[in-house]
Amino acid sequence: MTAETAPLLCLLMVAAYLAGAAGALAPLGPRLTRIVAAAGAIGGAVAGTVLATVVLVGGRPLVATVPALLSVGGGLALRLDGLGAFFLILVGVVAAPAALYGVGYTAAYQGRYSLRWLGAMLNLFLLTMSLVVLADNALTFLLTWEAMSLTSYFLVMTEHERADTVAAGSWYLAMTHVGLALILTAFVLLIPPDGGASFAELRGAAATASPALRGLVFVLAVLGFGGKAGLVPLHVWLPRAHPAAPSHVSALMSGVMVKLGVYGILRLALDLLGVGPAWWGALLIGLGAASALIGVLYALMEDDLKRLLAYSTVENVGLVFIGVGAGLLFASLREPAAAVLALAAALYHAVNHGVFKGLLFLGAGSVAHATGSRDMNRLGGLIRTLPWTAACFLVGALSIGGLPPFNGFVSEWLLFQSLLPAIGSTAPLVAPVMTLAVGALALTAGLAAAAFVKAFGITFLALPRSAEAGAAHEAPLTMRLAMVILAVLCALLGLGAALILPVLGGIVAGHAGLPRLAPPLTAGPLLLPPGGAASMSPSLVAIGLLLAMGGAWLAVRLLAARGLRVGETWGCGRLGQTPRMEYTSTAYAEPLRRVFAELYRPTEDLAIEVHPESRYFVQSIAYRSEIVPWFERYLYAPLVGRIAAWAARARVIQSGSAHAYLAYLVVALLALLAISLAWSG
Amino acid sequence: MESWAIEVAQAALVLGLAPGLVGVVRWLKARLQSRRGAPPWQPYYELRKLFGKEVVVSRNASWLFRLAPYVVFASTAAAACLVPALAVERPLDGVGDLLVVVYLLLLATVFLALAGLDPGSAFGGMGSSREMTVAALAEPTVALAIFALALSAGSTNLGQIVARTLGDPAAALSPGHLLAFAALFIVMLAESGRLPVDNPGTHLELTMIHEAMVLEYSGRYLALIEWAAALKLLLFFALLGNLFVPWGVAVAAEPGALALALASLVVKLAVIAIVVALLETRVAKLRLFRVPELLSVSFVLALLAVTSSFLAR
Repeated sequence: MTAETAPLLCLLMVAAYLAGAAGALAPLGPRLTRIVAAAGAIGGAVAGTVLATVVLVGGRPLVATVPALLSVGGGLALRLDGLGAFFLILVGVVAAPAALYGVGYTAAYQGRYSLRWLGAMLNLFLLTMSLVVLADNALTFLLTWEAMSLTSYFLVMTEHERADTVAAGSWYLAMTHVGLALILTAFVLLIPPDGGASFAELRGAAATASPALRGLVFVLAVLGFGGKAGLVPLHVWLPRAHPAAPSHVSALMSGVMVKLGVYGILRLALDLLGVGPAWWGALLIGLGAASALIGVLYALMEDDLKRLLAYSTVENVGLVFIGVGAGLLFASLREPAAAVLALAAALYHAVNHGVFKGLLFLGAGSVAHATGSRDMNRLGGLIRTLPWTAACFLVGALSIGGLPPFNGFVSEWLLFQSLLPAIGSTAPLVAPVMTLAVGALALTAGLAAAAFVKAFGITFLALPRSAEAGAAHEAPLTMRLAMVILAVLCALLGLGAALILPVLGGIVAGHAGLPRLAPPLTAGPLLLPPGGAASMSPSLVAIGLLLAMGGAWLAVRLLAARGLRVGETWGCGRLGQTPRMEYTSTAYAEPLRRVFAELYRPTEDLAIEVHPESRYFVQSIAYRSEIVPWFERYLYAPLVGRIAAWAARARVIQSGSAHAYLAYLVVALLALLAISLAWSG
Repeated sequence: MESWAIEVAQAALVLGLAPGLVGVVRWLKARLQSRRGAPPWQPYYELRKLFGKEVVVSRNASWLFRLAPYVVFASTAAAACLVPALAVERPLDGVGDLLVVVYLLLLATVFLALAGLDPGSAFGGMGSSREMTVAALAEPTVALAIFALALSAGSTNLGQIVARTLGDPAAALSPGHLLAFAALFIVMLAESGRLPVDNPGTHLELTMIHEAMVLEYSGRYLALIEWAAALKLLLFFALLGNLFVPWGVAVAAEPGALALALASLVVKLAVIAIVVALLETRVAKLRLFRVPELLSVSFVLALLAVTSSFLAR
């Protein structure tokens, strides 16, 4: 396939998504609606992935403009370069399995919620996400960005009868629009007074802008895009909104949409603004490390499976930002090889997280589908009733825990290696920043392993903790197939690292003053970070593991006794094991809750009711414990209260009279005209 | 070809030596406590006996319970193959660095923790939860200690760290090296379940971590897990010995150098074993919620190691 097919593929992608949306809205039967919506989404995702591959392989960007549309802002301008192509592949790779999964998953919505609306919004959501990475001027970008936010808001609101869904939707809507305002300001500040807003013109304007303005634009972009990506402390909407959405949408939001926040920062900082001062990188490393740690610490404490996954998204976005920050830092220190490695590691982790978090959300959805519960304290024993889901979830848990030989291991190793070149740097503050980043990265990795041992172990192992969990049933074929595809991708992205890493290096090369030609990052099956600091081969490690396992199994099989007897779990002589003896999700995290008690500040409530005759006969024990994240308690609670008070005060101008409203409009228009006159005159 | 022969010999050596090392530590401890103690080769008898016995599996356990011993053994063995026990120049040196060793050990820990939860007993859950807590808190120390070593060696590859210290003997006495050694020593005690973090010789429910987690295992599965635990102990001892005091490790692949390397390895293992046995005789087990304090001490040591290595450059 040649580069000439690129415009055609782009058209095909847009057409497939639009056809999916239109088909979903058509008056078809519920079953057909689900299938048509998924077919459109899968067709669009495949076309998008092929398009991105063509652009990546051909090395020539796709350019398409439709000046007639949006003529005010310079027309609808699309351009797909390597960076955009990478994120388009990420969209496609997660979207296709998620849409397939939706066929089976949304069957349960029939009669309760509108399947047509859901199918149409899913297709439009995927279309707008794809167009965001294609946008080549400010207006196209902002419009598609806002359309992406709105469509995902409608998807979050699918189960609109639940009060917590409505609250989650409001949080999301508010936070995403604050972010939009910041991004808009960043773009407006960059637009030259006499020029247009195409990215090429912005690039030129940024090159001549004052350092203070560039810094301001960068900070605004970090806050705006960081809110979408889920950077602490702007992440509060994420653990609310992602779990509230249907699970295949959660997979898309957590796996893909938050990465577009990363894309926004990369596009602005790496491409439009060019090389910046060192503090840009340091700021991102700091925010990334804080997000990683806080995300994983709250993930550990969650009992709700989907909220745990959402908090872990905050963590992984933090890891990606550590890589991006290190890349920007090295770029500004003129260490191109180290910068390329760090940025490639960040991209690698971004795509890995898309795949394993997508997989885990689909797995969690399958658990909720089978049991009707997301509360791990009510689950357990599902490995027997949901063997496919359990195996796939285990692969996802091992991947996200950064364990060999899966993909998370490779990108975490690369992130560590990308921080090591800081050793050689003599620039002030680089060494301490990087040292703390290494510590944060390692603590995050350890805690993430603990969190996912808990997530998998409590949900799938031991005895079912409730009747619903005991009566669980395996997911239908489409859902299982989608999970298997993503699980296989987790393995392939790990084993094929030596083939993937050079491609990622090629994508970031040429941006932000980095040389056009990326340094060689691999040698045969070995990953070889520049500078010869270390080497590692995920495929050989995997082979070694398999050989050792096979050898051990064979030796035991041939030499050891073969007898196997099934018995009771040992209970200190007590017979009859019940699920009440098992560790729960809350209990599992208790030691770490104590260790980090200063951070969590849990409120605990223990009520013991004893027999009136003797206090040694306990009749009932009720234990309640709650953790309210401190930034919600000390940052958002006062803020929300203040805004509500202002809103109440502003109510006086809401008379309900149309005449008054028209008057407001006139006054506002006149004021704006006066301001613009004063500005230009 | 020759180098691969050394590789295989080294793998066989660490696998064979590991149970003996555990036996030696136990025997030394017994002697220090004025007991006669079982002979150092007792663990070999135990392994043989366990391999010969039938397995009892809980009816609530799943396939994961039966898979875990193999994963634990394989990942620990794979990690052990990466450690330069005898020679510097090895074909496997480029396959994985010190971080890979750490992650392979974490893989083993995760599978043990999952297997602890699987039969649904309260002990298994308790051990699993505690083990993951200790493992998570030990992780940053390990990473920073590696960072400190890499700072002076310019690499996280094990062979290169050893070669670098061999080439510059004064580096072994630098504060960065010594502090990193102390930090890793504490982590070694925590990770391999020794006093004062965990007591390898007890079966009292409330004090145990590792033993609680593997309580449901028996027969060949238990044998694999015990062997892997011994291997992990040897791996840590060999890392401490060869990374920080690398003299004796063979640079050239000739019989004389290899014999010397073997002798020096045995001496180093014996010295560390004596230190651990002395320590285990002297100190009592810490309360579980004091363990994080010990680990934060090791973290601070590692942080100081990085700082001083950085200043010393």
